[in-house]
Amino acid sequence: MQFWQIQTLNSFALGGLLFLLSSGFALIFGLMRIANLTHGALFMLGAYAAVSAMRAGFGLALAAVIAALSVAVVGGLIERLVLRRLSGNAQGQVLATLGLSFIASDFCLIVWGGDTIPIQTPAMFQAPLRFMGLIFPTYRLVVVGIAVVVGMVLYLLMERTRLGAMIRAGVDDMQMARAVGIRASALFTTVFCLGALLAGLGGAVGGPIFSAYPGLDSDMLSLALIVVILGGIGSLVGTFVASFIIGFIYTFGTALLPDLAYVILFLPMVIVIAFRPTGLFGTIRT
Amino acid sequence: MAMDRRQFLQGAAAAGVGVAYSGMSLGQGSTDPIRLGLLTVKTGPLASGGIDMERGLDLYLKEHGGMMAGRRVDLIVADTGGSPATALTKTQELVERNKVQVLTGPLAAFEALAIDDYIRTQKIPTLSVAAAEDMTQRKANPWFVRATSSSAQCSHVMAYHCATVLKYKKMIVIADDIAYGQEMNAGFQRVFEENGGKIIQKLFPPLTAPDYGSFIAQLKTDADAIFLGFAGSNGFRFVRQFNEYGMNGKMKVVGGMTALDESVLRNMGDEALGILTVCWYSSELNNPINVKFAPAFRKAYGYDPGYYAAGTYVNGEILNAALLSVGGNAANKDALMAALKQTHIQTARGPVRFDTYGNVVGNIYIRRVERKDGRLVNAVVQTYPDVSQFWKYDPKKFLAEPVYSRDWPPAKNLE
Repeated sequence: MQFWQIQTLNSFALGGLLFLLSSGFALIFGLMRIANLTHGALFMLGAYAAVSAMRAGFGLALAAVIAALSVAVVGGLIERLVLRRLSGNAQGQVLATLGLSFIASDFCLIVWGGDTIPIQTPAMFQAPLRFMGLIFPTYRLVVVGIAVVVGMVLYLLMERTRLGAMIRAGVDDMQMARAVGIRASALFTTVFCLGALLAGLGGAVGGPIFSAYPGLDSDMLSLALIVVILGGIGSLVGTFVASFIIGFIYTFGTALLPDLAYVILFLPMVIVIAFRPTGLFGTIRT
Repeated sequence: MAMDRRQFLQGAAAAGVGVAYSGMSLGQGSTDPIRLGLLTVKTGPLASGGIDMERGLDLYLKEHGGMMAGRRVDLIVADTGGSPATALTKTQELVERNKVQVLTGPLAAFEALAIDDYIRTQKIPTLSVAAAEDMTQRKANPWFVRATSSSAQCSHVMAYHCATVLKYKKMIVIADDIAYGQEMNAGFQRVFEENGGKIIQKLFPPLTAPDYGSFIAQLKTDADAIFLGFAGSNGFRFVRQFNEYGMNGKMKVVGGMTALDESVLRNMGDEALGILTVCWYSSELNNPINVKFAPAFRKAYGYDPGYYAAGTYVNGEILNAALLSVGGNAANKDALMAALKQTHIQTARGPVRFDTYGNVVGNIYIRRVERKDGRLVNAVVQTYPDVSQFWKYDPKKFLAEPVYSRDWPPAKNLE
């Protein structure tokens, strides 16, 4: 079989998913210095919200929008009601987000049950793509496309808009940004909502591949951490590049050295932390 | 949390009663309720099976008016969260605070291993659900009986079926990279190759593999079929992605006892139709007990019972039979344990008896996924009666060899 071509496509597909997963985490971590351990749970909420929206009769595209918006609201509430009270207390925030993620996963268990719930791939993408003798699932290529579009939109948002300029200023030096009149409070809530929105979107878009199941949250959280640490904190480009690097490493690693799948996944992170603590593209030391 | 507090109050009340009546309890042994502990998983990724375990046992008790052998049964349920450390703490709680006399569960092999020593020292008769081979083999725990299956007990049968009935020559085996998956596939490989087949590829994706794409792309397409040794929802995710990669029709798919369990089937579509799996149970079994149990379970909970629900239901039947033979006296642990091992009764899974190691000898079924009344079911296509965990091998020789693993028996025909 066309091992290399298919595995390359697999790598891109996984990379795209990883970017959808980790861009929101990177955004929040970069600006607010909060290692938001609810991120995996928000991703899972997105997947389950899409399940409910599709049961109500919406297509996947609309379900993804609904999921993203509802998860954004949840994110806003978490920031306003919990994290706000713990500002400056990094340990407290980590513990609070960890606790919230447990609550969220049991909430999902109560509402949606313990079974794995499949999310249907849209009918138009169900047939595999056949191209020059290669057979590949069409939807995975769509996911790569979505990831690239989301990446570009985020890039433009960060580089070309006033909000982006404020976020960049905050990432670089929060105190100075405040001094020049940026309202940190509103900015934090906005960014947290945006990060949660991306997580919810990722959960819905990744749904047809991962399905919605209890435990999705912790599976995803560790992947997001790897990507963000490798890419560098506060760097969108870094997150994008790191997503695809991990996509390639993981895919080829499991294909060529299947016994070492987890070693291969975490080794790059260890090396980066040891030799380049700021990550590949980051400027901030953790 | 409310559950914990309630359990605590119950426990405290029971302890108080225990103290108050301790002087009289010896003489009143036969009227005290039997204290049965269920170790299950109600939170986290394994909760689906764990909730089914509780429902299966609940249904058994409801059908029998909450009685076993003429005595009331106090069921105390503990949630291990699927973690070995919690499993041990909860077992200690059940035994020391709730004073349970008999245990059923836990769900996962690593939980069973975590409580193994404690069960030995406390001498608590335990009706296990978990599959780990050595629990009833090289390190057989004298306080365990297992009425479900060892990891490879069912896969031996499927391997024999593939080699001799389906006449497959070359096969791939794939399973989660945990002891359960490795043992299941090793047993499959041994029997398949001894009956003339060749295992040309062995794959072990991590238990939490985010995606099977990179494994599906490696599959050797000259194989006749692939055996899925997955647990939980991984089998169903694999089958879906197998189809998405256009592999459907290139090779047949067969599965082990948890690859396409009833609990997974209810969320699947046509992609599952026609797949053969092997198990010691099917909700479609046509025996006098199951034709009542399966519809009653479906009526109560809205779906078919599978591996876990049937596991604790059958355990209920076995415990009841053993208690009957000791006159309802659960306090004499040695007598109860001996009675459990001598059980030979008809159950929802068919006839059950135990070997000297405490593992079940019973029917194993080859099932095919079919659509019936709009839902997917595992229709029984062939029954292999009286299958032991040692298949057709001599137990002594079998136990002299290493336990099944990734590399044992060695694969000689990999391509």
